[in-house]
Amino acid sequence: MTDDSGSRVHRRLFLGMAGTAAASPLVSATASAQTEVQGAAPTTTNTIPVAFSLNDQPARFDLDARTTLLDALRDHAGLTGSKKGCDHGQCGACTVHVEGRRVLACLTLAASIEGAAVTTIEGLASRDGALHPMQQAFIDHDAFQCGYCTPGQIMSAVACVAEGHATTDGDIREYMSGNLCRCAAYPNIVAAIRQARDVTRT
Amino acid sequence: MRPFAFFRAASVTDAVAFAGTGDTRLLAGGTTLLDLMKLDVERPQRVVDINALEADPAFSAVAFANDGLQLGALVRMSDAAANETVKSRYPVIAQSLALAASAQLRNMATLGGNVLQRTRCPYFRDVSYSACNKREAGSGCSALDGHNRLHAVLGTSEACIASYPGDFAQALVALDAEVKVVRGNGSLARIPAVDLHRSVDEPSRETVLGPGDMITGFAIPPGDYRRSMYLKVRDRRSYAFAAASAAVALSIEDNVVRTARIALGGVAYKPWRARTAEAVLTGRRMDEAAAREAADAAFADARPREHNAYKIPLGKATLVQALLETARMEV
Repeated sequence: MTDDSGSRVHRRLFLGMAGTAAASPLVSATASAQTEVQGAAPTTTNTIPVAFSLNDQPARFDLDARTTLLDALRDHAGLTGSKKGCDHGQCGACTVHVEGRRVLACLTLAASIEGAAVTTIEGLASRDGALHPMQQAFIDHDAFQCGYCTPGQIMSAVACVAEGHATTDGDIREYMSGNLCRCAAYPNIVAAIRQARDVTRT
Repeated sequence: MRPFAFFRAASVTDAVAFAGTGDTRLLAGGTTLLDLMKLDVERPQRVVDINALEADPAFSAVAFANDGLQLGALVRMSDAAANETVKSRYPVIAQSLALAASAQLRNMATLGGNVLQRTRCPYFRDVSYSACNKREAGSGCSALDGHNRLHAVLGTSEACIASYPGDFAQALVALDAEVKVVRGNGSLARIPAVDLHRSVDEPSRETVLGPGDMITGFAIPPGDYRRSMYLKVRDRRSYAFAAASAAVALSIEDNVVRTARIALGGVAYKPWRARTAEAVLTGRRMDEAAAREAADAAFADARPREHNAYKIPLGKATLVQALLETARMEV
């Protein structure tokens, strides 16, 4: 099993298959109809069906209740654009949109967004492949170095502009403060957001 | 995270019924709960998602009327902070919310959950430290002779020196708000916001809420609170907990302070109403001397530890600045 471009068995796929083989979903016979969605005794093998709209496509998974939206996206949906920077809601690298609002996927239980519309970085470009103005602006202004915070920055920035919180540089810095960049690309990120804001306005 | 049974409450009855059966946590925004569950500090056997209760206007409304301001427990922090009525009539509330956390967290976190957030004490948050009276009653306090730069100087004891990290609660406490609660038996209750958080006598019991209780909203009594502000001083310009903060509301007539309302954050074990400071100011002209005297009174009983003595002069200066700025506001 290797990660060479020539190999088709990726590390993540292998772990996914191993997990499926080990866990046989059990639904408790005593589960009541209306609001109980899992058997009474919590075990690692109980799963919950979770369905939501993901980048305008219906998505459905059977998940351990502990699965965060971030883990559902990365490990179950195969969408690894959203990053796990801290897993504690402190860095913003996992920022996605739920019902059009920017939130942290690492502190969201997948089960709690049942039925919601989720947009990730993978869903930002248009179907024909044209980049979102924010993505283009990040490229134009060299607004990333290692790129790890970048999907979260872009998702956060798109929402920031839509919220009307990007009118001044001061506002941009304040309302983007939930996205950390260890490479300190901040000045270029601010410039990119200004450009995208202006493009979106016209 | 330890395994748990997950339930979605479709109604208040559901939520209260599930919550009443011990070792259960309610899930709204999840920004405190999931963080602490990942650290193994919170270990509920059952998690009850109450987000569907947003459909009930009692939980999701921001309503201003003759009886004052009603804030639903499931209103998201960002929505309350952006509400035009809250911004213009209750700036201390709007600012206490807008200056907290990050935009993403404010979109997720609810008002009810926000007041219940737990301390950022690194020993509380790290279960490898067995001495933590807040996690385990009677086990001791690792912060007393540890790194206690963040810890409180007011309302503490040898049992616990954790500081309450929130902001919104101070605004509620300053304005004499009430916390609306539904009890396990379905009855409704109102708790003065200043009484929601318990004192340090039993660190492992932080609030007066029982296992079956749920906050449904907050009621701010009628009054003109336009002359108010929340000043938050911290290591970074944004996205950091308060090193010291002050929620201030003043009513001034002919240059004389009729009523002063002060609550302090970042420096105390629980949201801290500073009544002795208020008494110094009542009936007096607001000037720097009066503000400094009030600040001295507020911190008269402050007990510093090895690394947090700076909070006393910082806390005083923060209060002085907040008082003077509030007095100068154009309303």
